[in-house]
Amino acid sequence: MTSAGAPVLSLHGVTIRFGGLVAVSELSMTVPEGGIVGLIGPNGAGKTTAFNIITGFYKPTSGYVEFRSPEGTRRITGLPPHKVCEAGLARTFQNIRLFQNETSIENVMVGAYVRQRGRWWQRMIPLLFPGAAREEEEIRSNALALLCRLGLERYAHSKAASLPYGAQRRLEIARALATRPSFLLLDEPAAGMNPQESAELLGFIRRLRDDFNLTILLIEHDMKVVMGVCEHIWVLDQGALIANGAPDEIRADHRVIEAYLGKDAADA
Amino acid sequence: MKCAAQSSDKFRNGCLTLLSAAAFAALIWWAASSLDGYKLRIINLIAINAILGLSLNLIYGMTGMFSLGHAGFMAIGAYVSALLILSPEQKTTMWILKPITPLLLNIHAPFVVSLIAAGLAAAIFGCLIALPVLRLGGDYLGIATLGFSEIIRILITNLTPITNGSLGLKGIPAHTNIWMSYGCLAVVLVCVVRIMNSNFGNVLRAVRDDEIAARTMGIDTFRARVLAFTIGCFGGGLGGALMGNLITTIDPKMFMITQTYNLLMIVVVGGLGSITGSIVGAVVVTTMLEWLRIVENPVSIGGFEIPGIPGMRMVIFSLLLIVVIIFRREGIMGMREFSWSWFFRTGSRGTEGGGQG
Repeated sequence: MTSAGAPVLSLHGVTIRFGGLVAVSELSMTVPEGGIVGLIGPNGAGKTTAFNIITGFYKPTSGYVEFRSPEGTRRITGLPPHKVCEAGLARTFQNIRLFQNETSIENVMVGAYVRQRGRWWQRMIPLLFPGAAREEEEIRSNALALLCRLGLERYAHSKAASLPYGAQRRLEIARALATRPSFLLLDEPAAGMNPQESAELLGFIRRLRDDFNLTILLIEHDMKVVMGVCEHIWVLDQGALIANGAPDEIRADHRVIEAYLGKDAADA
Repeated sequence: MKCAAQSSDKFRNGCLTLLSAAAFAALIWWAASSLDGYKLRIINLIAINAILGLSLNLIYGMTGMFSLGHAGFMAIGAYVSALLILSPEQKTTMWILKPITPLLLNIHAPFVVSLIAAGLAAAIFGCLIALPVLRLGGDYLGIATLGFSEIIRILITNLTPITNGSLGLKGIPAHTNIWMSYGCLAVVLVCVVRIMNSNFGNVLRAVRDDEIAARTMGIDTFRARVLAFTIGCFGGGLGGALMGNLITTIDPKMFMITQTYNLLMIVVVGGLGSITGSIVGAVVVTTMLEWLRIVENPVSIGGFEIPGIPGMRMVIFSLLLIVVIIFRREGIMGMREFSWSWFFRTGSRGTEGGGQG
């Protein structure tokens, strides 16, 4: 286990209610810099809701989220999603959400748009704004390089919808990386993968962290993946935190077994 | 090696584009000097409809905002341009119900300036409307924009001191000639192609395909939508101004919802999201609408006299449209674009097929 750095992301007593339903209640957790941290729990535990709060899609009823970037620590609660992304958090989705009618390279270029300085109207008169044209050429070649690094170069000019499932998952990660994040949230990266693919995923996630200097928070149901890659795990059940600790501690935790398998199994 | 091949391809494509542009200019020159007024008017209308189709396609096809308000923005453009072009004498004689606002009486501008002003006025209006309305999506947006377009039309009908009300404006100098309309089309086409080929174009398509994912990727989707809408409205105003200067008479009834439907037909028949499609759609729809006038003429079949039925061409045209929608829902071009490499690829595939056969 790598040494855990200072927390980059911290949730402070985050609660969200949808009408009478408390989807996440009093959730406080931290993610250390450079760590690979898992967020697990049975279906409906509120994991994706927590992701949506972090990335700005939901505003919590109470509590707040703090994010530390090179520019300093700031509260990201209440920021719209695109500002959260600008601050350095990128995410993928449980059900892949690519831009279906665009090619892979265009998908990645869209990710790079948040860091693009040239304005749209400068691209209409490239002779007057060679800088903007050059920047866009750079974005294009960076996008291609990113696709190569994730082994997607042969799909660069195919429509995203036509890619095989595993490649679509990687393309979604490539697109997230193009926003140059310091923090990556992966929502069920192993969903729909066969055992061999999920075994490869372990190394892939570690390489991502090391190559791109990332902190990674992931939601996952595949326990092999979670136990194999995460350095620290937080467990949610019915919106509340029930345990956290290293994989071995979680595996042995009475409440976690109860949440997943029921009271009888935990007592046995 | 590969790079060299690519750059020579680029050179070849550039040359071909220049050559075809020159050939097209020669064609226009020939048309301007030898075709009669009726044919010239249709050819002008094709260019104007292509401009309007392209601008609506930018809003609807490329950014995915279902807008039914284009006629309203055309009206703004047409009126702004006409008010700038008409001379003070014309204005004083034309406003008979109420005198014209003194401020407008003496404003005068050359044609090209009036075109730009028309586009800008429509764009400003579009932007103002977009700010509240673009928070809606899908069909709701369509209904809201339709409502705004009607509001514009009714305002024009009732603001007599400014617009001369339902009497409309007559005697606008026929500044729109074939060079002017195709020149404007060329500028609009280059701008739209550049926008859609840039990363901003990728962003617009991304907003259309999956707005939530686009927001997550750091895109201010609301801003992108407002921008695309505003640019599209500029095109609408420009097209309206050209139309007014072609027909030389404008009144509020010209800019009813049927005008928007015609543009919608161009965009849908050509292919939503395809620049090439809008051009093809403008050619097909405009010529069909004219050509189908023959079905409205009285015909005699075997001694039977069938009197001409006004509006018959719209019946037939609607049927054709239904056939297109049933059998080729994505339109003529779909989302594809014309490019020289595509042209040569299909060409060589054809010869390959011939060799095998």
